[in-house]
Formats: sequence, structure tokens, C-alpha cells
Amino acid sequence: MIPPPDAPPGPARDDVPPHDGTSSGDVIDVRDLRKDFGTRRVVDGLTLRVPRGEVCGFLGANGSGKTTTIRMLCGLLAPDGGSGTCLGLDIVRDAPLIRRQVGYMTQRFSLYEDLTVSENLDLVAGLYELPDACAAVADIMDRMGLRDRAGQLAGQLSGGWKQRLALTACVLHRPQLLLLDEPTAGVDVKARRAFWDLIHDLAGEGLTVLVSTHYMDEAERCARIVYLAGGRIVIQGSAAEVVGRVGLVTFEGTGAPVEDAARRIRAAPGVEAATVLGRVLHIAGMDRALLDAAIATCGAGLVWREVDPRLEDVFIHLLGEQGPPR
Amino acid sequence: MTAFSVRRLRALLRKEWLQVKRDPMTLRLIVALPVMQLLIFGYAINSNPHDLPTGVLMAQPSTYERTIVAALRNSGYYRIRLLSSEREAEEDIAQGNLLFVVNVPPGFDRSVDRGEAPAILIDTDGTDPTAIGYATAALGGLTGVLARDLPPVRRAAATAAPAGPPFRFVVHTRYNPEQLTVLNVVPGLICVVLMMSTLMLTTLAITRERERGTMENLLAMPVRPIEVMLAKIAPYVGIGYLQVLIILLVAVGLLHLPIHGSIVLLFAVLGLFIASNLALGITYSTLAANQMQAQQMAQFTMLPFMLLSGFAFPFQGMPRWARIVGEIMPTTHAMRIVRGLLLKGNGMADILPDLWPIALFTGCTVAIAVRFYRETLD
Repeated sequence: MIPPPDAPPGPARDDVPPHDGTSSGDVIDVRDLRKDFGTRRVVDGLTLRVPRGEVCGFLGANGSGKTTTIRMLCGLLAPDGGSGTCLGLDIVRDAPLIRRQVGYMTQRFSLYEDLTVSENLDLVAGLYELPDACAAVADIMDRMGLRDRAGQLAGQLSGGWKQRLALTACVLHRPQLLLLDEPTAGVDVKARRAFWDLIHDLAGEGLTVLVSTHYMDEAERCARIVYLAGGRIVIQGSAAEVVGRVGLVTFEGTGAPVEDAARRIRAAPGVEAATVLGRVLHIAGMDRALLDAAIATCGAGLVWREVDPRLEDVFIHLLGEQGPPR
Repeated sequence: MTAFSVRRLRALLRKEWLQVKRDPMTLRLIVALPVMQLLIFGYAINSNPHDLPTGVLMAQPSTYERTIVAALRNSGYYRIRLLSSEREAEEDIAQGNLLFVVNVPPGFDRSVDRGEAPAILIDTDGTDPTAIGYATAALGGLTGVLARDLPPVRRAAATAAPAGPPFRFVVHTRYNPEQLTVLNVVPGLICVVLMMSTLMLTTLAITRERERGTMENLLAMPVRPIEVMLAKIAPYVGIGYLQVLIILLVAVGLLHLPIHGSIVLLFAVLGLFIASNLALGITYSTLAANQMQAQQMAQFTMLPFMLLSGFAFPFQGMPRWARIVGEIMPTTHAMRIVRGLLLKGNGMADILPDLWPIALFTGCTVAIAVRFYRETLD
């Protein structure tokens, strides 16, 4: 996890000196974060470092602590234990200062539905006391393609446009770190693709992005994947690293009715998942010998070949390890 | 981050104003609520009710008695029903089916003719003194009318007994009705209506942000609690003034309220009173977990504010503890100020003793609200 040697400086506001993070240059550097809600420990000893300019994907089942971690990073929740810095500022003591330099996009649309697109952005510009707010709002609307919808009420936008507006609102003040909490939930493929293109554009300018998601294609677009379970980081690395480290074995069978074969092979020992993908039966497991045996006994009539495990197989495997979702 | 920024406050004010403007239901409520309440309360409390259910007990119906019953009916205050027995009368008045029982004694005709000035006993249900007040008072007028209308038989007898009316009404009530007049009620109503509408509007202000999820975004941005509070309160001060104007127009135009004092001073004082209610509403808003709770808090407040302020019952008649509680509440003081200003023409010096408690209450409430406004989601 070595930071890029020449991390491009983030677009900083004039009155806020650009921070080079801690000595390691990490934008996020937290150790052993804990958070309890009542008797339930939601985040349990989370240690995370994210270098400048990286797009880091947060993955994990519902309730694995993604949202709580993000809220602690931007000072909306006070951690019950642990310490760390965000943009070089202490996450407990300097929470108000962190807020100025962080763009946080909530999981639920949280702009005002009874205000128009431009009114919402005007409000944000005013609250961050941006110099020349009018020009800043006009600029960002042009850049994010919101100009045509400036006068539309936010509540009447479609899901994709709402997400785009929310992203616009949280980059308006030129933050150095973006925390995006499931920004594309319930948005169509095209809008998601466009949204991620925007994220990579911003990252290209030196913005650090931490984004939580449930979509595999989005996870694959992250430089690093951090997988959470039970409030802890289970595995992290690039998509290829994560797939390689888990060591899952996967086979594909094609031929006569795959549905029957799927039903039979699902019950065989060592088969963790048997998924029908159109005319193809896709099986995954950790033990090659057991999978071979399963194919021999239950996979008759199909033509089998070994394939590379997909990220989705890996996550389903990881989800299975932690038991049924809470 | 600066402790206070005019720039941020201005951005928030604009947002609040746009939101109020785009909420047609609230706008309608703002106008309709005070008018409706003033008219309903005003007329319900101040009206001079007619057509009250009245039972008549007659031992032996005769000409005079029929004349008297007709006169009662013609006054418009009484809806006459003949009763067959004392027991029926007792039951009906106990159950509230009758407000009056007119009891004509046996041998009434002869008594009148003899010039004995017999008494007609009228039992009234005193539980609601304002309801029967005017009707009871009207009896006095009826005696004179009847003296003129009674048949000539009486006039022949009159020569024998020239002094005094031919008969008397004896009214029997359980207790003395309060001397509540229309003029006393309307100024109190101004305060009560204003309290109800402004408290209700702001109580929902912050809980609504929390429930819609917009609070999370607002908290993630660099805003100060005091800025959020002020921005929430400001549009409603304007709305409160609009309501005062509507109430005054209705009160003067329809309920014939006189204005003896300075109207400028009245508006200044009511501004402080509105602010005190808004501050309380905001405080509830920060303390409550959701809109439902906030609304319940407001409703639990309105009742004692109304009952202990001297609006419903005379303040001096309340026990000591209730008066102490009443002195804390801004509604009590506002009511005294408005009554004094409108009816007695009081000036600044007269209202000062009631002005500072409102200011103190407002200050304390705002302090509590700022203290409990949560800057995190914990």
C-alpha cells in the first residue's frame, strides 16, 4: 500500500492549506475504529489506510458496517474507540474541519426535494461560503451536465439524475476526499456507467474516493477493494489480488438441461454455489478434488471446463463464510 | 470554522423561505387556521345563544300562563316544551336536556288577579354560565312586557293594588356566573390562536429534516446550530405577523373589538411572543426523536398554556401553584399585555412587568435548543 510517489495535489480552496495527510501521505489513516449501537458492535477494530488519489471500494453485506465507518470518517458519528486521521486531521477533535474538505454523499437522497437543482446547489455554495458562488454553481452544472435541469425540482428527477445532483452537490466545494455511500443503488446501467466515469474523472484530478457498493462491475472499477464483514476488514487488495488470494476453483458445464444438473450438483459435497447462467452451469468451491468428484457423479451429460473465478464468486464465497445475512 | 456566518445564515434563510413557499398546504393553514379558530372560538364563546331548551311545568293551564309562555317563546331565547311532572323536570335538567325549567305555581291566575304578585320559579342549569347569561337577563325585560300584555282582568284588579308588577320571576342557579364579556375573551383568543399555530408549525421543523434524511447532509456541511435555528425561526416570525394581522382584522371587523392602545406597540410585543413560541417549538423539535413525538409535546403544552393562562379561568381564582406555573408561561403575560393594550389603552410602562418574563423565557428556551441540537448523528 505504497502511495503513488507524485500524487497530484488535490484542488484545494485558497483559505484551506492543501494537506499532504500524515507522514505516509495517506488521506485516510485510521486504526482500530470501534462503534457500538447499544449492545451491538457495528464496527469492530477497523484499520484502514487510503492513499491520495485512490478509488477505494467498500464492499460487504448489509449491516457489515460500511455506512457507520463512512459516517465516522466524516465526523457524523463519534467513534467509541480507536483513533486516526482523515486528511491529516484528527477524526474526533477536528471533525468540523474535516467536514469542510470532505464531500459526503449519503445513501439516501438527502438534498431538498422541494427545491430546484440550482437552488439546492446555491444552498450548498452558501453553506461552504464559496467565493463567487454563482459562477461556481454555473460551472459545476455545466460540467456535470445539469444545466438543462437547473430549474427542475429535485424531487421530480429520476433516480439517475438525483444521484448525479447529489454527487454534484458534494464536489461543489472542491473537496479532497469523497465519501460515497452506495451512490448508485437502484440506478440503471447506463446512468451507473456515466456516474463512474465521473468518479474516475475526479480521481484523475487527484481526488481520493471511498465508495461503498453492492455491484460487482463497480467493484472491479476500484483500484482497491476492501471487504467488510461484522465490522472488520476481511480481505483487501485489487480485484485480481482478492480473487487470487481466496483461491476459489470454478468450473463451467455446458450441454443438455443444465437446470437438472444444477439441482443435483448443488447438493454434492464441496460445491458452494451452482449457478445457471443461461445455458451454462457455473459451479464454485474451495476443494478441487471434491469439485471433480461432484462433476463425475452429478455432472454427467455436460461438457466441463475450468474457468477463472469471477469477483462475484469470491464475494458469494465470503458472504457464505460469515453465515446467513443478519 | 467561524462561530457565526451571515453568509451561511442567508443561504439557509433562502432555503427555508423557498420551502415554505412551495408548501401550499402550510400556506393555506397559515391563513385558514387563525380565521377558523377565531370565528369558532369567538362565536362559540361569545355568542348570545338563543333557542335554549326550556321546560314548562303548569299546574292548571290558563290564559295568563299561556300569555307568559308565549312571551318567553317570542323573546327567542327559549325553546318551550311542556312538562308533565316534577320528576321529568328533575331528570331532564340533570341530564342537560333542559337548561331552564319554568315552574308556574297552582292558582297563579287568581293570585295575579288578587294583586298578590306571585312568583314564577325558574330553575337554570348553571354549569355553563355564559350559555344562560343572556337568556336569564332577558327575563327582566319580559316582566315589563307582560305587565302591559296581560288581559284587562288584571287592569281591573290593578286599581285595588296599584304598586308593583303583577308577578315576579325568581331565578334559581347553583352558582354565580363569571363576568366574562366578549371584550375580555377576544384579546385572550389572539394569544391562544397565535400560540397554537406558531408552536405547531415550528415543532415539526427540525424533526422533519431528520426524518426526510436531509439532516444528515446538513450536518455533513459546515453549519452552526445557531444558524440552523435562526433560519428555521425567521420565516415563521413573518408568518406569525401575517396571522396577527388576519386575527385583528377578523376581531375588529366581525367581533367588534375596540383598539384603545398603540397598534405599533401591540405588534412589537406580539413579535416577542411569537419568538417565544417559535423558540419553544424548535426546542421540542431538537428534543423529539420524530415528528410524532414533537407533535405530542406541542399538544401537551397547548392545553396547560390555554387553561392556566387566565384565558379559560380567571387567573386570580386559581390555586397558588397553578398561578406560579402560569407566571412562567409566555401566553399568560402576552394575554395580560394584549388585554391591557387593546381594552385599557396601556402604554409601554404598564406592560413592562409582563414583557421581561416573555423575553427571559425565550432566551432560556433558545439556550436549551442550542445545547441539545446534535451536531452528530449519535
